[in-house]
Amino acid sequence: MRVRVVKAKESSRNKKILIQTMAIAAALLITGVFILAIGHNPINVYSSMIKGSFGSAYRVKETIIKAVPLLITALGIAAAFRMKFWNIGAEGQIIMGAFGASFVALRFADLPKGAVLLSMMIAAVVCGGVWGIIPGYLKAKWGTNESIVTLMMNYIALKWIVYLQYGPWKDPASQGFPKIANFADSAILPKFLGVHIGWIIALVLVVVIHIFINYTKKGYEIVVLGESENTARYAGMDIKKIVLLATFISAGIAGLAGMIQASAVSNTLNMQIAGGAGYTAIIIAWLSGLSAPWMVVVSLLFAALIQGGSFIQTAFQIPQSAADIIQALILFCVLGSQFFIQYKVVFGGGEVRGN
Amino acid sequence: MRESVMVELKNITKTFGTVLANEDVDLIVQKGEIHALLGENGAGKSTLVNMLSGIYSPDSGSIFIRGKQMNFDSPKESIACGIGMVHQHFKLVDRLTAKENIIAGNKGSFFTSGKEIEKKIISLCEKYDLTVDLSKRVQDMSVGEKQMLEIIKVLYRGADILILDEPTAVLIPQEVERLFNIIRRMKKEGCAVIIITHKLGEVMELCDKVTVLRRGKNVESVDIAQTSPKHLTELMVGGAVDLEIQRVKTENKEPVYEIKNISVMNSDGLKALQDVSFTMHTSEILGVAAVAGSGQKELCEALFGLVKLSQGELVFKGENITGKTPREIYKKGISMSSVPEDRLGMGLVGSMDIVDNLLLKEYYTQKGLFINRKPLKEKAKELVNRLQVSTPGIHHPVKQLSGGNIQKVLLGREIYLEPDVLITSYPVRGLDIGATYQIYDLLNEQKKKGVSVLFVGEDLDVLLNLSDRILVLCDGKVTGLVDAKNTTKEEIGMMMAGHTQETIQNKGGA
Repeated sequence: MRVRVVKAKESSRNKKILIQTMAIAAALLITGVFILAIGHNPINVYSSMIKGSFGSAYRVKETIIKAVPLLITALGIAAAFRMKFWNIGAEGQIIMGAFGASFVALRFADLPKGAVLLSMMIAAVVCGGVWGIIPGYLKAKWGTNESIVTLMMNYIALKWIVYLQYGPWKDPASQGFPKIANFADSAILPKFLGVHIGWIIALVLVVVIHIFINYTKKGYEIVVLGESENTARYAGMDIKKIVLLATFISAGIAGLAGMIQASAVSNTLNMQIAGGAGYTAIIIAWLSGLSAPWMVVVSLLFAALIQGGSFIQTAFQIPQSAADIIQALILFCVLGSQFFIQYKVVFGGGEVRGN
Repeated sequence: MRESVMVELKNITKTFGTVLANEDVDLIVQKGEIHALLGENGAGKSTLVNMLSGIYSPDSGSIFIRGKQMNFDSPKESIACGIGMVHQHFKLVDRLTAKENIIAGNKGSFFTSGKEIEKKIISLCEKYDLTVDLSKRVQDMSVGEKQMLEIIKVLYRGADILILDEPTAVLIPQEVERLFNIIRRMKKEGCAVIIITHKLGEVMELCDKVTVLRRGKNVESVDIAQTSPKHLTELMVGGAVDLEIQRVKTENKEPVYEIKNISVMNSDGLKALQDVSFTMHTSEILGVAAVAGSGQKELCEALFGLVKLSQGELVFKGENITGKTPREIYKKGISMSSVPEDRLGMGLVGSMDIVDNLLLKEYYTQKGLFINRKPLKEKAKELVNRLQVSTPGIHHPVKQLSGGNIQKVLLGREIYLEPDVLITSYPVRGLDIGATYQIYDLLNEQKKKGVSVLFVGEDLDVLLNLSDRILVLCDGKVTGLVDAKNTTKEEIGMMMAGHTQETIQNKGGA
């Protein structure tokens, strides 16, 4: 109890901003040394990373396409994190959402386009949601550790797609190549302003989640339960119901991201469908302080980092592994600074002892 | 004169970050003196003695022990100097026996002779009139036994300057008397004893001298003979206070909530409450006295509908509400309020502001899916004004408020629900005197309004003065339900220790 009180008092906004600014400076410095070591001018590399992600209309579009799944998944993750339910299974939930959408896309492509897309979305939310409600139920019923269960279920989801890809769903027209058939046109999301409408869905979700968490009864219950189970119990809340609802919402949204990726980006289902977005989104949700509007900014920055990283590979002939190291170093410093924010807090907690 | 000074602190200053915990504090303790260190929560008492026991070192000022200036870098050096501290939360190893706990951490030859040690302990016990079962494991000991062991441990290390931090907080009256006798014995043997406390009655009864601290500063050091509880309170608080706890007279006491033979299991499957029956009345404060962990927490939760009963019935105004959740009870039109012991972990959401905390008990009465905070903002402002909550604003996180203000927000919210039954668990624990009396006034006000109040308290004097009747629990069973006007502290203490009302009265009669 005492530690928590101190935590809030000690973490002043200015201090946080200072630490994070220093972290970014340190990141650029360390990465700069690394870039020098592989024989390039850091300033050139940095500027072309920015150019690579925002330098032309095409590049901006690519960056947005990469930001969409990150943003949507982060929104979903935040819904569970608000309840202190550590859902690190978004990767699997994206995959299962994509599976549900693909099932509809492959079976019922003959229906009108609107009907196909809508039923794909519903199927994705249900399949992803079920993948999240299972660990939610296990936790509510027997108090299992949700981090482990959600993590393990990622692998089950992934192997399930591998099985489909090599087995029952293998496209007979692919001449033995293990791939699932491409979707028909009716199952592909339309574009708006040159980018598939996933970005509109994402922005709508930002507003919806923001309102849900801050201005609805269910959202309030989720936050209270996240603060203290005893308080929720004391206030007469039905804890099991809240856990099931929040995990379904969290995973269902991740599932929707899977539908968007399968429909608009890969036009099919394959094992790369989530591509680590489920893990990256955890970082985004956390760095945004679980605030929906901030997630828009942070996921764009992450998408730019990914996009810029792939651009410098071609521009400077830097191998992919080196580009990955640059990304990783920047992430390491920014995330590492979180530790220093925490550490200061805990240190203060140890010293302030009254009476 | 100079010879007999055991401890002298001069101009001690200690800061933690921006918080000034001690400023220019002086303290002189003589040989054979029992010295009370008195002050409200946060006055800097613990900080001061922690510097004496080597846990902290002062920013400035000096420490003299037996006239010699000392500079403690660790508790070890302080112990070597003959200073022994008995902490409020005992520092014992549960799995070890009493003897092992006494030996642990002591210097000695590689092989220690068990017999010799035992001899030394036994002679210590005789000298100070202590008792201990050396082969008993700490986990099997009562709180009183553990404290005794802590004292022996300290004496065994050769301490003749003893510091006791709130030693009576966990004891029943008989144990307190026992402890006082031991302390007087120490005084006779020439030890210097420093007691941290905020219970004035104990200071007056036991101590020779008292030093009062307020907000980290020395207020005054006085001889007990030249002071009174009223004077000491004024020194502590820094102004005149009304120390009377009044039992408000009320009419219309009618049965309202019947508790019939209820039993509750705890999480280990053991009976936390066993066959408890009593009736709560309107316009009444029903006190509950019990040693910590005797089932009072389960009782409060059971009455509020938070735990399942394994047996028994709860009947509110003729309506059976056994097994109903708080929400279901509310839907029946019964308003039940509860101030739980764990304020921030159960009663409130620490990171939320006052408005959102008021919402906790009201959001479900609003229509629709959305939350309307507007009416609650008005309520929050009213609460802040009426109960004089000192806060930067209604949108400030409640966990950043002081203990007294946190409790005002919690109690205020529960009172605004206009309850039929108000269950309060240790409502004044950790609060300063001003806030404490304000809380008592609020409880009395509720009683006057006709509310049936349950008051779980720890200070028996307060229980006796404030309550109409007192329910005593021991090991989850009711050992007595007595009229507060016709009972004594000793009688309640006996019942807290497990003697039933009947046996006590029989003894009294015979």
